[in-house]
Amino acid sequence: MSNETILHGLETESHGEHHAHHETFISKYVFSQDHKTIGKQFLITGIVWAIIGGLFSVLFRLQLGFPEQTFPILETFFGKGAKGGVIQPEFYYALITIHGTVLVFFVLTAGLSGTFANLLIPLQIGARDMASPFLNMLSYWFFFLASIIMFSSLFVHTGPAAGGWTVYPPLSALGQAGDGSKIGMDLWLISMAFFIVSSLLGGLNYIATILNMRTKGMSMTKLPLTMWAILFTAILGVLSFPVLLSGAILLLFDRNLGTSFFLSDIVIGGEILPNEGGSAILFQHLFWFLGHPEVYIILLPAMGMVSEILSVNSRKPIFGYMAMIASLFSIAILAFLVWAHHMFVTGLNPFLGSFFVLLTLLIAVPSAIKVFNWLTTLWRGNIRFTPGMLFAIGFVSLFISGGLTGLFLGNSTIDIHLHDTKFVVAHFHIVMGVASMFGMFAGIYHWFPKMYGRYLNNTLGYIHFWITFLGAYLIFWPMHYEGLAGVPRRYLDLRGWHSFNKFEDLNKIITIVSIIVFAMQLMFVFNFFYSIFKGRKVRTPNPWDSNTLEWTTPINPGHGNWPGEIPEVHRWPYDYSKNGRSFIPQTEPIGPDETKDH
Amino acid sequence: MQTIFIIAILVFGFLITFQIAKASEYVAVLRGEEKSRKQNNRINALLLLVFLVAGLIGVYYCNEKLASKILKFGSSASDHGLDIDNMLKITIIITGIVFVITQSLLFWFSFKYQESEKREVHFYPHNNQLEIIWTVIPAIVLTVMVGYGLFYWYRITGDAPKNVAQVEVTGKQFEWIFRYPGKDNELGKKYYKNINAAKENPLGQLWEDAANHDDIVLNQEMHLVVNKPVKFIIGAQDVIHNVGLAHFRMKMDAVPGTPTTIWFTPIKTTKQMRLETGDPEFVFELSCDQMCGRGHFSMRGLIVVEEQEEYDLWMASKKPKYFSVFPEKDPENKSVIAAVTGEKK
Repeated sequence: MSNETILHGLETESHGEHHAHHETFISKYVFSQDHKTIGKQFLITGIVWAIIGGLFSVLFRLQLGFPEQTFPILETFFGKGAKGGVIQPEFYYALITIHGTVLVFFVLTAGLSGTFANLLIPLQIGARDMASPFLNMLSYWFFFLASIIMFSSLFVHTGPAAGGWTVYPPLSALGQAGDGSKIGMDLWLISMAFFIVSSLLGGLNYIATILNMRTKGMSMTKLPLTMWAILFTAILGVLSFPVLLSGAILLLFDRNLGTSFFLSDIVIGGEILPNEGGSAILFQHLFWFLGHPEVYIILLPAMGMVSEILSVNSRKPIFGYMAMIASLFSIAILAFLVWAHHMFVTGLNPFLGSFFVLLTLLIAVPSAIKVFNWLTTLWRGNIRFTPGMLFAIGFVSLFISGGLTGLFLGNSTIDIHLHDTKFVVAHFHIVMGVASMFGMFAGIYHWFPKMYGRYLNNTLGYIHFWITFLGAYLIFWPMHYEGLAGVPRRYLDLRGWHSFNKFEDLNKIITIVSIIVFAMQLMFVFNFFYSIFKGRKVRTPNPWDSNTLEWTTPINPGHGNWPGEIPEVHRWPYDYSKNGRSFIPQTEPIGPDETKDH
Repeated sequence: MQTIFIIAILVFGFLITFQIAKASEYVAVLRGEEKSRKQNNRINALLLLVFLVAGLIGVYYCNEKLASKILKFGSSASDHGLDIDNMLKITIIITGIVFVITQSLLFWFSFKYQESEKREVHFYPHNNQLEIIWTVIPAIVLTVMVGYGLFYWYRITGDAPKNVAQVEVTGKQFEWIFRYPGKDNELGKKYYKNINAAKENPLGQLWEDAANHDDIVLNQEMHLVVNKPVKFIIGAQDVIHNVGLAHFRMKMDAVPGTPTTIWFTPIKTTKQMRLETGDPEFVFELSCDQMCGRGHFSMRGLIVVEEQEEYDLWMASKKPKYFSVFPEKDPENKSVIAAVTGEKK
């Protein structure tokens, strides 16, 4: 083994040479083809969207918490949307629609996968860059274009899309149905189409790179779990996003070309439409065929990063590496087979529904394996609580809480009662929204030193974690009870309802907590940008005593990542506390008396 | 003024926190980074344990505080709802146990195995036996849950009994229209292009179909007979709506172009519910649970459940739509019309 290393050391890497190309500001920071810069571009664009999406949630929470109060300042900013300081229904629905769209797609898909897949794939598998740096750059710029279109839709005079982030037709197909279904909806669909192109370009690149460009010795079973998670994420995205694209295009046809894919037997506002024979439910199948894998597109990268961070900071190998891969794999497969659990009450054939119940609850098995394995990873470890580690622990906690409520909703019997109530809102925010956000935060705190050669401020990191963690539970835990009482989601005012009009205090508390949590995120953003320029400098290439390859690069790696040749890999990435050594990097050959087995 | 004040406080808090954070970084350098790192580690480990305890107390407190506001298990006003309540109870017990165990382990391990110089880390990469155990156990528990769930699911979605009463429920932005089949217990045919509110035909009934002649069309309020199975035939005219019946635990989308159905048996009258809940103003409400546009949150219908006699009395006061379109066909009017036309002659 060790002889081979020496031999390999003599080889030269043809593409490793550093061509002294002149990098202008534009080619270095704007139209860059360096995967690290592209990752940062995704991250920063994601942060901008997260602020917008978060701000929108604060606005609609104001309405939910204080429906009887007026906020004249809102009228100053939003004009007729908040006439008299009261958020108007159309505006409210626009807020929730954009909040959902932006956070699901722009922040937790592009911001999360885009950032960490781009940053980490070449660094962790030992490659100079992505398989196609140019496509990679295009992927970002398509995302940017999608962002611009979505952003501009906020300013059209009839307002942005307002049919909910799931944009079910006929509501989204008919301009007569409301202002939010007019030009704003077209822009939403066009923006999503570009977004899908972006994620396809990205996804294909991720798959190609992970499969083909691993460094010498990096067999698939020596890959860090982050890489496995990103690989499955990319496969999910490539296979399911085109279906949404087709749905979006058909919907555009229905809207603008008079087709009847999703329209049938409609009389709206007294006007009789000619469309017959379409199916409104068809769109839901197309939407959720992406929409459900999408949940895992959001969740899997977070799972991968959390596995990595838990292991590094427990100073222990991740427990059950193969089982972790197997569970990622089965989650990825099952993700395609459960979409109709969003549709139990659409009139779906009950017999068909029962299959989706079975397959949905089946996902709980690999999820349980993951949780137990994370717990065992902590067991008898030597845990360092970096902010990244705290967010990783928070992720596991939230994933448990939100995962368990999934067993309520996945069971069609209970779903009849809980479908489209606040219970659903609480469930998916905890398990997919906040948990993945925690995974993203964990990743940012953990890999910030690699991105910028500086640390984020630790104390702010701790404050950020504790307020966000406590806040997340305070906001979403009580919401389950509202759902159990039958309070439907997307109701902006419960005062007209005898059955639901008993949660005023609760809604006030939730709103106040969400304002505090949002303010805390602004603090994080401040910490982020401040630390890029003024943070404490990283002095060692491997600040977390980690095994993986990205920490063998210089503190501020240039384009090409390794100044010399790419290191060779000899072992899996989780040899922590083995044979009395704190960590053994992947580049170290297996010793003669060492067991190869892990 | 108040807003400015709040913003000022936020900005101030922001600045102070940032200064503290910045200062702590310098202090760490002065005291030795390793030392302050260890102190941080101890604090955070302790906080995680505190969070666990506080969290579990919080969950208990939340239950106590909000139990009276949610719909109690077994308080369902329909037979199917009782099944759903049962399933809910089973699921809450199972997930509750798992929740407490796993969360406790997570935070307890985090606290117990915080960094310490004395600790010898246990190099423990895998254990097949253990992993098989925690694959099999969840699989068994889930099989039980799927089994129970599907048993109830088929009962709820199964065929309605033969003597079921029918009511047609139609949603449109932002109101509910109910149609009763009348004496023949048959809903007449309709076609959406015939819908014409001005001509008193809000559902597009085809008047040449005799089954339509006794159909009664009502807005916003529906009456049902207690202990008598009822089937809703659900549709929508413009966008997708949803018939949400929280107290009956029933729900079904109303889709334009594709009729859907649900059936259930109301087992409590409105009066009974008023006594049981101690709320003299209690009403069964029908909420739209599928986003349908600007009036979604206010798309409210009412359901009154009553004894057969009360229902009959109420129904007797309603007239088929057919007679408002063709007043001359109304037997009550016939004598009047005859009298009027007779006079003219």
